[in-house]
Amino acid sequence: MSPHLQIWRWHVTMLTSILHRVTGVGLYLAGLIVSAWAVSLAMGPEAYQAFMGLLGSPLGKLVMLGMTASVFYHLANGVRHLVWDFGHGLDIKSANGSAWTVFGFTIAATAAAWAIAFMTGALA
Amino acid sequence: MVQLTLPKNSKIKPTGKHYPAPAGASKVKTFRIYRYDPDSGENPRWDTYEVDTSQCGPMVLDILIHIKNTVDPTLTFRRSCREGICGSCAMNIAGRNTLACTHGHEECPGEKIQISPLPHMPVVKDLVPDLTLFYAQYASVEPWLQTETPEPQKEWKQSPEDREKLDGLYECILCACCSTSCPSYWWNQEKYLGPAALLHAYRWIIDSRDEATGERLDELEDPFKLYRCHTIMNCAQVCPKGLNPAKAIAEIKKMLVDRVV
Repeated sequence: MSPHLQIWRWHVTMLTSILHRVTGVGLYLAGLIVSAWAVSLAMGPEAYQAFMGLLGSPLGKLVMLGMTASVFYHLANGVRHLVWDFGHGLDIKSANGSAWTVFGFTIAATAAAWAIAFMTGALA
Repeated sequence: MVQLTLPKNSKIKPTGKHYPAPAGASKVKTFRIYRYDPDSGENPRWDTYEVDTSQCGPMVLDILIHIKNTVDPTLTFRRSCREGICGSCAMNIAGRNTLACTHGHEECPGEKIQISPLPHMPVVKDLVPDLTLFYAQYASVEPWLQTETPEPQKEWKQSPEDREKLDGLYECILCACCSTSCPSYWWNQEKYLGPAALLHAYRWIIDSRDEATGERLDELEDPFKLYRCHTIMNCAQVCPKGLNPAKAIAEIKKMLVDRVV
């Protein structure tokens, strides 16, 4: 079999595609974390405190950051897919442009969400 | 199935033979070329050739022919028209599929230019892939005019507007650059038809003279044959004829939705 991934020089549209899959799986796991948060809430103050402590740890914050970015990425790229499903924006130039737009939106929206979290004191 | 690494017998030995530039060479460029000889029983390897590009034409195919003629006659590759219309010399050059005859070696980034066969395909020898499955998939979309009404006395007529719908589709030369660029095709080529066959399917679906549109759509309504396309867009990115199979596939998906809503 001839080499494939080993030799391929990626286009940005290939990256957006695989990231859509990766963030999709990530959001599934994020769903579990949110469920665990709700369960801890139902279990009472001690469990809730413990869970919030876990989320507030540096590692927890990193996971939360990944979750936020995944939400915004998957949202924006999902909209891109919807536009494609109507048959628009499928030429190379538009597809490359929309790929970079999705990255830009993800970074901006994640930064904004975390800025708000810091400013409102939700994050210490 | 997704297998990110190469099977054991396909792993490439990083250092094969080295052919240094001839004495007095002026514009030397290094080409790293995939070599596989089924008769040797050995794994594939990368051979490096230092080529005096002042002695060759501008295209990658010129380089390959120069190597075959003057350095190493065992180097095997397909070529024919040398003007981008036969599709024979499709291969992976510097990480992207293209036609060696229309791709200038100065267009390739980097010092060393790596050349390998079309990706994720069985290799017959060196740069020659086995395209049997690819052609069978093309045949499976029944790429010919199908009609029920009695044949007209002269030709089947078509308005200029309807004829225009075939632009960007009929130009496909079946070089297989698109299908073998597609990760979905890499992982599911036994079940997914791939961009080239689907572009041709669409070419007949929207032909105003064809009367088998419904049957053609029925044939494609399948989780694998059509819907393994995830709009990765590699097909359109690499097509040496500038066509857009991803767009054609999206149009088929749209027609399948339109006929039920």
